[in-house]
Amino acid sequence: MSKQFKDVLASGEFVITSEIGPPKGTNIEKMLHHIEILKDKVHGMNVTDNQSSVMRLSSVAVCHIITDHGGEPILQMTCRDRNRMALQSDLLSAYVLGVRNVLCLTGDHISLGDHKGAKQVFDLDSVQLIAAVKSLEAGQDIGGNKLDGGVEFCVGATATPEADNMDSQFLKFRKKIKTGAGFFQTQAVYDMVKLKAFMEYARQSDVKILAGILVLVSAGMARYLNANVAGVTVPQELIDEMAGAEKGKALQKGMEIAARQIKQIKDEKICDGVHIMAIGKEEVVPEILSMSGV
Amino acid sequence: MSEQFEPEIVAFCCHYCAYGAADLAGSMRLNYPANVKIIKLPCTGKVDIIYLLKAFEDGADGVFVVGCLEGNCHFTDGNIKAKRRVARAKKLLDEIGLGGERLDMFNMSASMGPKFAEVAREMTERIKGLCPNPLREKMKNEGGGR
Amino acid sequence: MIVAEQKPIQEIKAMIADHQKVLVVGCATCVTVCMAGGEKEVGIIASCLRMALRIDGKEPQMIEDCIQRQCEWEFVDTLKDKVDGVDAVLSSACGVGVQALAERFPNKPVYPALNTSFMGMPKEHGLWVENCRGCGNCGLGRFGGICPIARCSKGLLNGPCGGSQNGKCEVSKEMDCGWQLIYERLKRLDQLEKLEEILPPKDWSTDRDKGQRRMYRGDVYYEQTV
Repeated sequence: MSKQFKDVLASGEFVITSEIGPPKGTNIEKMLHHIEILKDKVHGMNVTDNQSSVMRLSSVAVCHIITDHGGEPILQMTCRDRNRMALQSDLLSAYVLGVRNVLCLTGDHISLGDHKGAKQVFDLDSVQLIAAVKSLEAGQDIGGNKLDGGVEFCVGATATPEADNMDSQFLKFRKKIKTGAGFFQTQAVYDMVKLKAFMEYARQSDVKILAGILVLVSAGMARYLNANVAGVTVPQELIDEMAGAEKGKALQKGMEIAARQIKQIKDEKICDGVHIMAIGKEEVVPEILSMSGV
Repeated sequence: MSEQFEPEIVAFCCHYCAYGAADLAGSMRLNYPANVKIIKLPCTGKVDIIYLLKAFEDGADGVFVVGCLEGNCHFTDGNIKAKRRVARAKKLLDEIGLGGERLDMFNMSASMGPKFAEVAREMTERIKGLCPNPLREKMKNEGGGR
Repeated sequence: MIVAEQKPIQEIKAMIADHQKVLVVGCATCVTVCMAGGEKEVGIIASCLRMALRIDGKEPQMIEDCIQRQCEWEFVDTLKDKVDGVDAVLSSACGVGVQALAERFPNKPVYPALNTSFMGMPKEHGLWVENCRGCGNCGLGRFGGICPIARCSKGLLNGPCGGSQNGKCEVSKEMDCGWQLIYERLKRLDQLEKLEEILPPKDWSTDRDKGQRRMYRGDVYYEQTV
């Protein structure tokens, strides 16, 4: 899509983003295939940053590859692996490589990943990272030193609509908005009632909210999410629906559910758009979109 | 190991139960191995890890602790404390290289004479299946203790 | 207090295996309270090592002692004669104690018997928790007396991450989410407004990032002038 992501956000159009997971290794064939499939179907491709604390190809490099292929990348940056110097340095690098969107996250804890003995950083938190982007935009680093050439990013952050501690989550949410986050991508949501309640709060500001749609591939995955992933709750009726799918048709069922929810979010104007996560099965995203009719 | 190996075993016995049980086993003329040396304690809660270790250091092939049935300790929970210390000492014995299986804990009441005899036989058989405490061999060679 | 735990016997054994006569010295302060390296534990460590080394065919001599504090010269100095008579010293103190002995007895190898774990307290008998990271710039005043640096697994300053659920941390279901504790406490104190401030990145220059930290107090420090 030729439009810049920030223009899409500003246009009021229903925003659709998806995800690209950098490979573990240098074989980028499958990833390039996903980029080709998605680049004209979505408004932005979110590139994960050592997702789940698993070491992979860097998100900056992959964002650059996406711009080379004519797509619109959204750079995910976590605070886990880099101190404030490296984060700012990578932001400058991403900018000169043509990246114009950045999503600031805290990042999973190092102990959840594949380098459990690594020294984790968290020198900045996600709010401070947003502030760092804003500082670079204003022409100076967060040490107060002037830059020769600044950046201009469309800055986003994340939120968890189904968290059980919404009061303290809203505290962080407010701070992210105050610091300058222009759009939010939510953690996976399955319960539209909870999403609506979250949106009621979020609508107090004019930030754009993209609902996280995580495609279920099996009832087992749904149960795993409920047991192990904070802030994600798959309602029992969806688990039953997945479990009731014909043998070999579970993914199809998961796509149907995703499409249904995307349609509902758009038709009822619940959010400003959706962020579709298919974790390694990005090739199904175009079909989900056509099923949803958006 | 040689069939003739007669293990030296130390039993730390609570005054309120196991010591009585051992006494009863004697009065009942029950047969249990004579190489079990009994040390009477006011409660197994008095069992310190260092007691267990010193027994092995001084050449015991096996050690067991006998306390009251759980819930029946004269001092409320001395036997539970002993159970935990025995568990830690077993780990240390594994680390040392002597093997935690040389140490164990049992629970019984003063009226369970036959049970005491059975436990003494069981420990003796278990230790017979192992080699003698290598530290005892070394002490013998040197003609003395520490 | 400083919380520590004993190293595995085999690891200690490997360090001291080449020394015949070893002084095992405990510390009667923090590590006694956390049951890792006091007088009693010195006895256990020495006994275990004697046995483990004798199984290997060695004839080690272990001298056991315990001083009030290994982190103060006046106590460390009382060990001088004993240290002179051994080949090596095994310290069951925290890392501070081990280094104090190493500095005081420059010609004697000194080895650690413990892993120094953290600054904390016994939350219950037999359960110790870390509560302070010693960052050198205490912010407990704004966090309701609960430290996000020590008790949030990511040390976040502006609120919880998305990994907080049911009051627990994403790292472990046993671990409280430090931020949930902070939030609830300030709510109880009716001080939630304290959390609205957006905190800038922390100045870590008071942490150990500037190298070994030292503190100097003019009113009590008399520089040697001779």
